[in-house]
Amino acid sequence: MKYIPHTQEEIQSMLSTIGVERLEDIFPQALKQKIDFHFPHALSELEIKKKISDLGLKNKTQYSSFLGGGAYQHFIPEVVDTLSSRSEFSTAYTPYQPEASQGTLQSLFEFQTMIAHLTGMEISNASMYELASACAEAILMALRIQKNRKKVLIAGNIHPRYQQTCLTFLKEQDMEVEWVPYHQETGQIDLTHLSSKLNENVACLLIQSPNYFGVLEPLKEIHQSLKNHGALFITAISDLTSLGLFEPPGSFGADIVVGEAQSLGNPVSFGGPYIGILTSKMDYVRQLPGRLVGETVDLDGKRAFTLTLNTREQHIRREKATSNICTNQNLCALRTSIYLATLGKQGLKEVAVQNYSKTEFAKEVFSKIKNVQLRFSGNTYNEFIYKTPLSNKEVLEKLKEKNILGGLNLSEGILSCFTELTTKEDILYYAQNLKDIVS
Amino acid sequence: MNTNQTVTVSEKLLFERSTKNRVGVSFPPLDVPEKKPHGSLLRKNLDLPELSEPDVVRHYTRLSHWNFSIDQNFYPLGSCTMKYNPKINEWGARHEAFSLLHPNAPEDSVQGALELMWELQEMLKELSGMDGVTLLPLAGAQGEFTGLKLIRAFHENNKQTRNKILIPDTAHGTNPATCTLAGFEVLKIPTTGEGLLSIEHIQKSLSHDVAALMVTNPNTLGYWEENLKEIADLLHKNGSLVYCDGANFNAFVGLAKMRDCGVDVMHINLHKTFSTPHGGGGPGSGPVAFIKKLEPFQPTPIIKKESEKFSLDWNKSQSIGALSTFYGNFGMLIRAYIYMKTLGIEGLKHMSHMAVLNANYIRARLKKYYDLPFPRKFCLHETIFSDKKQTPYGVTTLDIAKRLLDFGYHPPTIYFPLVVKGALMIEPTESESKQTLDDFCDTMIHIAGEAQKNPQLLKKAPYNTRVRRVDEVRAARNPILTYKLSSTAEE
Repeated sequence: MKYIPHTQEEIQSMLSTIGVERLEDIFPQALKQKIDFHFPHALSELEIKKKISDLGLKNKTQYSSFLGGGAYQHFIPEVVDTLSSRSEFSTAYTPYQPEASQGTLQSLFEFQTMIAHLTGMEISNASMYELASACAEAILMALRIQKNRKKVLIAGNIHPRYQQTCLTFLKEQDMEVEWVPYHQETGQIDLTHLSSKLNENVACLLIQSPNYFGVLEPLKEIHQSLKNHGALFITAISDLTSLGLFEPPGSFGADIVVGEAQSLGNPVSFGGPYIGILTSKMDYVRQLPGRLVGETVDLDGKRAFTLTLNTREQHIRREKATSNICTNQNLCALRTSIYLATLGKQGLKEVAVQNYSKTEFAKEVFSKIKNVQLRFSGNTYNEFIYKTPLSNKEVLEKLKEKNILGGLNLSEGILSCFTELTTKEDILYYAQNLKDIVS
Repeated sequence: MNTNQTVTVSEKLLFERSTKNRVGVSFPPLDVPEKKPHGSLLRKNLDLPELSEPDVVRHYTRLSHWNFSIDQNFYPLGSCTMKYNPKINEWGARHEAFSLLHPNAPEDSVQGALELMWELQEMLKELSGMDGVTLLPLAGAQGEFTGLKLIRAFHENNKQTRNKILIPDTAHGTNPATCTLAGFEVLKIPTTGEGLLSIEHIQKSLSHDVAALMVTNPNTLGYWEENLKEIADLLHKNGSLVYCDGANFNAFVGLAKMRDCGVDVMHINLHKTFSTPHGGGGPGSGPVAFIKKLEPFQPTPIIKKESEKFSLDWNKSQSIGALSTFYGNFGMLIRAYIYMKTLGIEGLKHMSHMAVLNANYIRARLKKYYDLPFPRKFCLHETIFSDKKQTPYGVTTLDIAKRLLDFGYHPPTIYFPLVVKGALMIEPTESESKQTLDDFCDTMIHIAGEAQKNPQLLKKAPYNTRVRRVDEVRAARNPILTYKLSSTAEE
């Protein structure tokens, strides 16, 4: 057994130190039964490698892909893999012992700083599981801050899985959810409807920007309307590279910003592991869920980092904790930090400009195709929805025959995504085939 | 001992290393006309560090040297199960056929991924003895939440309102925290002098409000809950269910099926029992196994297999709903899958046996030097000591833990479980050799000697780490949670 070092002689010698003859003597009766298991036989490393490669062949990744909708394919510099694979990071434990974990702790402190700057907020925690559950945690946080308010508003144009996940987590809470519809022309939240729903019982509003349709929300106007009623403003961002180009929610008065940092250096990996972020104003720090790293000093007065404000957390507060969360997505947070450090100010801006420009180009080319219509008029980042007279399913299947995964089939149309990995040639090939299909 | 010279090298923060106009990445020139959003939408100020690639590499390589990790150090962390993380697992998770797979890709292009998940579910079903498994929960705590939601849905479906969960006083902090999140009230059950749950205590706590018992088996004292089957029968008779926190599954994989102990639903921490890396605190993965009665309520999507074709079922009317955007922490699932396939059932049994042997060996070697609370003859995968014998010298568990760092050992889990004053919770795991255990025990004995002769030495430990004892109180009193460009460090 290659992962287990014990030789027969060692086992015997250990048993005699323990004071028994046979291994089974140290086990309770319940664990000495003979039980049958139907289990696949053990594979050697050579065999498991083949098995995994064979399973891999059953996946098809050869397509030209325009899939987005919560997971985004971006370029990841090699240093991200190389450095995050260092087992000093990957095989370390949660940094509860700061003297043995300064590497992880300093990198998390840097992560918190970069994420706070990126979102334009004062503080960030050390990460959440992913965005859908982070949305739920943000709402729970808002409800704790706004103790006497029992209504939660959620925009109807956020990712449907974010909506559903929020409902799963909020179901047992003493509150009620109301949906705010979107404007049929712009695809943005309907500001008139929003105003009509606001009152002194509204704890918060959750929106996504760019929203599920790829459309940027009017953050300034939304904030104006919330402010008068004291409702907290929560913004979700599913592709954080967008903040390389767009003014962040923090500049528009957001109280809590949650996001999916998968785009920042983490592969799409069939949906996970990803990494949620949660940032807020400093005033709300005591209600923040999850881990936080803070700066302090050691016995000699040297700068040091440590997990802090633990009294919010489950291992101290138990049933009174702000959340049951016990992990952060540390390894993904590390990847995110390395990505942001490598790209830096100019690199992230370049990524965002490329995403935006390619998408604008695609919009221009697509909108010139007869029978193809852009669904919404609002500003976009790297996704948009188009419609054709045919069913989405038919269009997508025909595109697939041409080796194109054209996007997601939504009730409003087809949601397509264009990143820095998309070439002009890819866009023109897509457009040409789309033209052939719809005309 | 960590003797790498870079331990003493100072490494500034990224922001302090930053130099205006430095870039660490290059992109192909834009092949379409450059566009930017207008006016107030356009970002004015982006405060990210500016570094070259070599700057970044040196920075993170240096930081890595300041971590303890399983590949360098022994981590006898009770309940956290710091076992070896096989390298082949990492290879699998990075395989491009999986890492480049988009979660929204059509089903016929993700068959390999779904087959892997299906097979992993089957293996977990078999090891737990349960009827169904969901791989969706993103961590153990989310697994607990899922399990409790299933329990709630089950009772609600039977038109019953049951709002109480019985939890032993030795439970992990996540258990009560999850109860609150899932809208339950916690009823704490005391542990007997033997370190077990008693049938009497349970009987006394039962009422028609009790939704379930949430039990950890083996419990956090490292003991098998011998009365669990009888206790489960009592709960079932009361119309309640039994939830098992599977954090300690690694003590009995292949030796018993939780189902046979009367458990109805349990979560399994893949990063503990099935060797996925802790990653310095995540990502985890917390699949949940359950009996047939709970199947209709499981979260969506559900993997279906029909004549060798796999698909995802999103529509289940009685489901508790969505837990996250996609399908769980898939990269972790690949690692656990490879581990289980590599060990096979005999390997898994051997794993449990050696984990228990190692814990008992440490127990036998140290029991003269450290106090053993709740003494029973043998333990399972972990053994708990306390600082009672060191208290007369003014030495605490924290001091012992910090002193261990000087000798290159990560301390055991400390001050947990809460029922033991000054607990030192030691779990060696099966991947550590007799030599490692002997060295560790020698060190522990040496520290017990130091505690008697020179307690002041321990008070100021550690001495040989990157930083000396860290002032955690100061961090909490005046929280500095981000780097402020104005406040350059004086270091």
